[in-house]
Amino acid sequence: MSASDPVVDVAPPGFFARLGLALRVLMDAMLARRLLLPDAVEPKALLEPKVVEKIVEVEKIVEKPVEKIVEVEKIVEKPVEKIVEKTIEKVVEKIVEKQRPPEEGALHLLSILQRDGRFVDFLQEDITSFKDADVGAAARLVHQGCKKVLATYFVLEPVRTEEEGARLTLEPGFDKAAISVAGDVKGEPPWKGTLAHGGWRAKEIKLPERPAFVDARIVAPAEVEVR
Amino acid sequence: MATATFAIGIDLGTTNTALGAVRLDDDKATPKVFDLPQVTAAHETMTRPLLPSFLYQPASSELPDGALALPWDKARAFAVGAFARDRAAAVPGRVIASAKSWLSHAGVDRRAPILPFGASADDDVPKLSPVDVQARILAHLREAWDAAHPEAPLAAQQVVLTVPASFDAVARSLTEEAAQKAGLPQLVLLEEPQAALYAWIATHGDGSPTPWRKQVKPGDQILVVDIGGGTTDFSLIAVADDGAGNLSLERRAVGDHILLGGDNMDLALAYGVRQRLADDGREIDDWQLRALTHSCRAAKEAMLEDPTLQESTVVIPGRGSKLIGGSIKSTLTRAQLEQVVVEGFFPVVDKDARPAQNKRAGLQTLGLPYAHDAGITRHLAAFLKGQAPTAILYNGGVTRSALLRERIKTIVASWCATPPVELQGADLDLAVAAGAAAYARVRGANKGLRIKGGTARAYYVGIEKSELAVPGIAPRTDAVCIAPKGMEEGAEAVIPTELGLVVGEPATFRFFSSTTREGDVAGAAFDVARAGDAVVEVAPIETTLPGEPGLLVPVTLRSRVTEIGTLELFAQETASGRQHKLEFQIRGDDG
Repeated sequence: MSASDPVVDVAPPGFFARLGLALRVLMDAMLARRLLLPDAVEPKALLEPKVVEKIVEVEKIVEKPVEKIVEVEKIVEKPVEKIVEKTIEKVVEKIVEKQRPPEEGALHLLSILQRDGRFVDFLQEDITSFKDADVGAAARLVHQGCKKVLATYFVLEPVRTEEEGARLTLEPGFDKAAISVAGDVKGEPPWKGTLAHGGWRAKEIKLPERPAFVDARIVAPAEVEVR
Repeated sequence: MATATFAIGIDLGTTNTALGAVRLDDDKATPKVFDLPQVTAAHETMTRPLLPSFLYQPASSELPDGALALPWDKARAFAVGAFARDRAAAVPGRVIASAKSWLSHAGVDRRAPILPFGASADDDVPKLSPVDVQARILAHLREAWDAAHPEAPLAAQQVVLTVPASFDAVARSLTEEAAQKAGLPQLVLLEEPQAALYAWIATHGDGSPTPWRKQVKPGDQILVVDIGGGTTDFSLIAVADDGAGNLSLERRAVGDHILLGGDNMDLALAYGVRQRLADDGREIDDWQLRALTHSCRAAKEAMLEDPTLQESTVVIPGRGSKLIGGSIKSTLTRAQLEQVVVEGFFPVVDKDARPAQNKRAGLQTLGLPYAHDAGITRHLAAFLKGQAPTAILYNGGVTRSALLRERIKTIVASWCATPPVELQGADLDLAVAAGAAAYARVRGANKGLRIKGGTARAYYVGIEKSELAVPGIAPRTDAVCIAPKGMEEGAEAVIPTELGLVVGEPATFRFFSSTTREGDVAGAAFDVARAGDAVVEVAPIETTLPGEPGLLVPVTLRSRVTEIGTLELFAQETASGRQHKLEFQIRGDDG
């Protein structure tokens, strides 16, 4: 909360105006965005608690597919925090926890692969001068550890269960995101072809949640042997 | 107190703990293992079927805040489970392992805060007693269960807790004490080999394609071989006819608690590789030895699983970020594996072989009494003493290897007229928990098959014979049987001889047990000095009679086996009939 908070400078409009605004904010996400400019914040103060609660519910439903709405939610937060700190504190906390930036999942996974499989150490090392046998021995270790990571935190299955090399037919309307085509691709499906790679699908993701205050950028802490 | 809805089996193992549960009202259901939430890394909690029996107490500045938080306790400052086990390698001075093995170690005060063992008094690591550590592990189970079943708290369920068959009355009593401390006031103790057998029976139920009643017949003897990470236990269970044409099971014999297991094998292999590296001029430090032990375990398992594999690479990765550049490579050949693991731990011996005796040196080293002889088959021969089992049931992680199971079976077969059959058991890590839950249900409903057996040992009180005093010669001490072997729960026994106890000061008796002596009834007496290895001294028992100091009160000594499965001892005044409990004095040699 900065000292030069522009909120203080605005005179509040009447009750019904605010009610109307609140209802419009519910219905119109773009209006919500515009309304969240600092000089329009204070008038909504008294109605914020109810408004915010409802916005939280929307967030839960629409979190993944439409990222823009999520961003709007983020901006909604700030006035709530500033104006009605006490009444909405709990609600705000929940929102903040779900707002972790998407790269955190990637950093968490990298951290686990390093911890259990020395994955980052292996890839960061310059292997050009080593013999195949040495690289191979280390690769076995990394394989063992990282394989356990995949087994623990994911359930992976092939996209296509046919044997690689088998003939199959892609019908019209096949899932283009799940199947990538190469070779003699002309006209419209049905297309006959051979399965070159079965693909991988994550059936389940079991990455545990980490509290928001954990610094995800520490992929692996430095180790100090205390003697 | 709510009524119980679940039958619960808890396998409080030396290396891993598991909890099995089954609904009491569902006869058809098989016990399922309850996945236990535990801290697996800083700020990370996952559920796993096994909870490693390790307790980690970090220094206050060691980990970031909230690193050991659990869903039901965000401020927790210690950890039980996978993270504790992983940190044991990095900070060995702050992690307590194998607390269970200390419960049966008579040479220390098991209620005193002595763990982590070897930590000096001014270390900042909080010290705990072995009983406390077991209580913490059980408390973690209770909290995890209660969080998932708020309407059916663990304290109100039918709980069965397993103990090694080799645990004597003191160790069992201390286990019960730990459970009370953990908030589990009502429970029953069950021997682990019996639990494994209950699991086998549940897997081969009457409706299954291979019902157990068709696999054994009266007169059969089932040998249960349980080889875990750190311990080996044997039991012999006989199959009989109960007189009405139904099969009944009776536990006939238990072995000693042998501190020998898979971890010893991995360490033996690692030492061998370390020696070969040292011969080449490469020394390795403690961290590298631990990494080497892990690598040897992986190589051992790979070669035991695939008989065609002739060698396996063993790598000690570089400690720093130079994974390959800093690494040391070696190989483990099949010949080395055979020599160290197969020949070293499972030598071909005949049925008269006996393990090398633990030398009773004047100065005993402190610490756990690890087995001096690593030959598990020699310990097995000593246990069987010529008896011929008809079937073998395996339990414990080491027996996962088909090669080792076959090896043990072949050696035992060489001691018998007819080779024993291997019973197909359930999951080797989870059988004890599932079997204990099956037993809890059977017991709770008071129907179904129960393995008979009563106490695994006979117990004796040491009474000095009053003889003419001869200078320089200690008076003879008789071991008088106070609890015959095989006493069932609820049974009582009494030593008919009257003794005089002095009032107002502690009266202490030496206390002995035997797993091998047969046929001693209550009151049977013999010279302790002549009994040899058959009789083992347990902690002394003592009581203080209240009243006018100096008076001599006539008492008789009696014993009772409780519902829980522990042994209670009393001195009963002949005149008034009042009973005074004899407590186990486990304070150690200075008490």
